[in-house]
Amino acid sequence: MAIDPIKQFEIKEILSLGEIGGADIALTNSGLFMILTTAAVTAFLMLATSGRTLVPSRWQSIAELCYEFVAKMLRDAAGTEGMRFFPFVFSLFMFVLFANLFGMFPYFFTVTSHIVVTFALAMLVISTVIIYGCMKHGFGFLKLFAPEGVPAPILPMVVVIEVISFLSRPVSLSVRLFANMLAGHITLKVFASFVVSMSALGFAGWLGAILPLTMTVAMTALEFLVSFLQAYVFAVLTCMYLNDALHPSH
Amino acid sequence: MAQDQETGPRTEAEGALEPVAAGQGAETLHTETGAAYKAEDGGGTFPPFDPSTYPSQLLWLAITFGLLYYLMSKVALPRISDILEVRRDRIADDIAEAERLKRETDDAIAAYEQALAEAKSKAHAIAQDTRKSIGTEIEEKRKAIDAENAEKMAEAEKRIDATRETALENVSEIAVDATQAIVKQLIGGRTAKKDIEAAVSSALRG
Repeated sequence: MAIDPIKQFEIKEILSLGEIGGADIALTNSGLFMILTTAAVTAFLMLATSGRTLVPSRWQSIAELCYEFVAKMLRDAAGTEGMRFFPFVFSLFMFVLFANLFGMFPYFFTVTSHIVVTFALAMLVISTVIIYGCMKHGFGFLKLFAPEGVPAPILPMVVVIEVISFLSRPVSLSVRLFANMLAGHITLKVFASFVVSMSALGFAGWLGAILPLTMTVAMTALEFLVSFLQAYVFAVLTCMYLNDALHPSH
Repeated sequence: MAQDQETGPRTEAEGALEPVAAGQGAETLHTETGAAYKAEDGGGTFPPFDPSTYPSQLLWLAITFGLLYYLMSKVALPRISDILEVRRDRIADDIAEAERLKRETDDAIAAYEQALAEAKSKAHAIAQDTRKSIGTEIEEKRKAIDAENAEKMAEAEKRIDATRETALENVSEIAVDATQAIVKQLIGGRTAKKDIEAAVSSALRG
């Protein structure tokens, strides 16, 4: 088959920047799209709010909507104290959202379809939780693993479960985003390639191609939803984990 | 203030995660799935599990996400929160102003109603006074006219009495004359005028 659904995830070198500690460092398509994502988020927010109007324009309302959406999410999950992490959560949400949406353009590279990127972001979140939690509460942070009101006999078991669930957080956080984006794009590509290969078979193929074509269109809509939803889920979970750092004794 | 505190742990975190991500975690994943894909297709590993691309990706992620965080926390978010703050203040101000104006209106309405009530009671009093003064005036005039009328009536009565008196006098005179003439015709001769007069007056009285 001519169309390889995996090919879209290939990292291509654009500009080699040499070697650091035995590792090749280069500007790749992934790096390029990270730059584009950052540039797009920044440009969008700056241009949208350049008017600074009292009665917002359409673009400004969207920017304000993003702001208030994330702010409410964080305040609901982690309280007013959590607002110190607002720039962090907002950056994460916008970065993941824009990276996901960029992936929806044909021929564009999806930054979040690489486990290393999502895992790095997840580790960033968890490290922030651990470092901030330890800084603020010291050993009190360990209360996170021993919920109050648990009878002493089963406490060791609960602690083990809590530790495992804490350790699995970065994995679940990163794999959820990565797998969703990867699977969505592969599915789209497979259905779209059916359309191409079937329509090459003549009239009967054309008729037969209607079904995968419909599927592709429907999947595209679904993928837009997934793009937003995964960014939202990522941000919401970040908020909840940050809440643990702020209030370990839940 | 909050942002400055945040920057510390974040940068540390970023530094800490790179070896972890690039090292063990993802590499073990690669050996399984990557190998399977290679066997199937014959060319290259499954791209997301190719560790040779990790350093570049992580470097660019650190640069871009760090930059994004910086731009968001220093420029974009303060700007939006500024806009929202200004709007919130403006709305609060406008509501306060509206409330003040409403209070003023209420005061004005109350003052108006009070003035209206005062004016009404004043008008009522004035009407009452006028009515009273007009009433007494009318009464006085009526009394004066009554007195005048009574005077005139008395005068007229006096005059009527006088006239009647004169008339009666004339009547007795005429009666005397007539009696004298009648007596003359009937008995002839002359009758004493004194007797006739006496007779007539007794007849008139009787």
